[in-house]
Amino acid sequence: MIDLILEPFSYNYMNKAIFAAAIVGAVCAFLSAYLMLRGWSLIGDALSHSVVPGVAGAYALGFPYAVGAFFTGFLAAIAMAVLRHLSNLREDAIIGFVFTTFFAAGLFLISLNPTAISIETIVFGNMIGIANSDLWQIVIISAVSMVILVFKWKDLMLTFFDEIHAAAIGLPVFWLKILFFTLLSACTVASLQTVGAVLVIAMVITPGATAYLLTDRFDKLLIYSTLIGLFTAAIGAYLSYFIDGVTGALIVVFQTSIFLIVFLFAPKHGLIANKYRQKKTRNKRIINHPKRVNS
Amino acid sequence: MINSQKENACFSPDVAIVTDDISVTYNNGHTAIYDLSINLSGYTTCGLVGINGSGKSTLFKCIMGLVTPQTGSIRLGGMPVKQALKQGLVTYVPQSEDIDWDFPILVQDVVMQGRFGFMGLLRRPSIKDKEAAEAAMQRLGVGDLAKRQIGELSGGQKKRVFLARALAQQSKIILLDEPYAGVDVKTENAIMELLCELRDEGYLMLVSTHNLGTVPDYCNEVVLLNQTVIAAGATESTYNQENLEKTFGGILKHIHLGGKDLHNDEDERRVTIITDDERPAVFYGKTKEESPLKHQDSDNDEPNEKVNHD
Repeated sequence: MIDLILEPFSYNYMNKAIFAAAIVGAVCAFLSAYLMLRGWSLIGDALSHSVVPGVAGAYALGFPYAVGAFFTGFLAAIAMAVLRHLSNLREDAIIGFVFTTFFAAGLFLISLNPTAISIETIVFGNMIGIANSDLWQIVIISAVSMVILVFKWKDLMLTFFDEIHAAAIGLPVFWLKILFFTLLSACTVASLQTVGAVLVIAMVITPGATAYLLTDRFDKLLIYSTLIGLFTAAIGAYLSYFIDGVTGALIVVFQTSIFLIVFLFAPKHGLIANKYRQKKTRNKRIINHPKRVNS
Repeated sequence: MINSQKENACFSPDVAIVTDDISVTYNNGHTAIYDLSINLSGYTTCGLVGINGSGKSTLFKCIMGLVTPQTGSIRLGGMPVKQALKQGLVTYVPQSEDIDWDFPILVQDVVMQGRFGFMGLLRRPSIKDKEAAEAAMQRLGVGDLAKRQIGELSGGQKKRVFLARALAQQSKIILLDEPYAGVDVKTENAIMELLCELRDEGYLMLVSTHNLGTVPDYCNEVVLLNQTVIAAGATESTYNQENLEKTFGGILKHIHLGGKDLHNDEDERRVTIITDDERPAVFYGKTKEESPLKHQDSDNDEPNEKVNHD
């Protein structure tokens, strides 16, 4: 039995897959705490789809895929900003418009160049058998992002919470936002390999949403979110050895299960705790004002 | 009114907002303010009064460095805006509707944000920062709420938390955006009292408000705004019916009660009520240059507050 449990670790490729998934999961989860709070979750979605043409183009031209992905991801972010500036369109329409355009361009590039790259690798990711060079890319991107975040998390929090106050105390609000979206683009690129372009969106939303139900403090939210991202990604990658399913899908299903458990059982913001509290206040009212209950 | 404390204050020359003919036209071609000049210094609570769209928030944004005027210049305490902000000279109390009250943050952490400018790279609060935050919370009476999430507070408590943050920052220039919107009468009076105290301590406060009636209670200066300055100066001389009518045009509710309608004697004085939303400005006199009545508050306001709560 114990041999079976430890079996995945005896394969080098599994160790690499679990390690890569864990660090990418952790950084994405860290960023998810911010994205969710500002109602910017869809921007994560948009970025993840916008990197597809970059990857396809980079493969076709022989660049490292991260360079191409980062380039088009950033281009998409600028396109959204410019459209918003110049038109009166609502943000959701702009985001939807930009990311479908980029995604379509990506699919088109791939269809022109069918042998260069498998579309499945971009859209669904493939952790198993990750190349050493790709692993290094993931490690470096994640490590650098994490270090920057550890130094800047409070400044970013203030920028997200109250931009005007942040500006009033002299924080470079504009550059902090650029920094955030640069990190987000970079981590989206890193997680392409793990879960693919479609499911990156779950990596940058679900852990933050789960942690949000567990705490009223942003520092704790960051810690919970990062831990959830780290362990769900690592365990998902580990389980994929046995279940033989797509790694990314497994990770996201696992994250969703944890979200559902928390949603039901969280001590303060969970569904059951809320119902219990409502019942309790109602009972208290019956004791204090017996006649008013039915009105 | 010249305050006698002005001479012996060491920082009063540093506390000033001076704008010189600033104009802002947004990208969509809308001119929000033009040729706007104000000159304010310490020991002042200045009411900023005008209709929606009169450029109040644009002026605030200019002072906060969020919008750069196309023409004209702004100097805060003799310095350009950016430098003044870096030195923590200005603080801002936001409108309640601009804050995400579901944000997972505790009262004490919000107040501590006022100290960010004093902290190092990692923004770890020192003992001094903690003391300043604690003192600010005590002064606003929100010390007991320190561990609450901000969304759990009442409207008045929420406002006090952000005032505490402003105090913790110890900036001598405080901008308040609609501080009385959505607060109960008790908090409203408490805020006015605090503003008067701070004025005596040498602060400069710029308060945008729609409560026309209470302006004379706590503002010693007013700026009446409609894209440019309509009138500015001491409340006693500037805040009169004529200037308010010029500022608001025909937009306000406007009720005249002539002397004949009120009583049968020879008294010609009439009552004029000008109101924007909640508290009307009431003028009682023969001419348009008369100052408004001061607001009668305290005891008889208490029942109102109860109504708001139920």
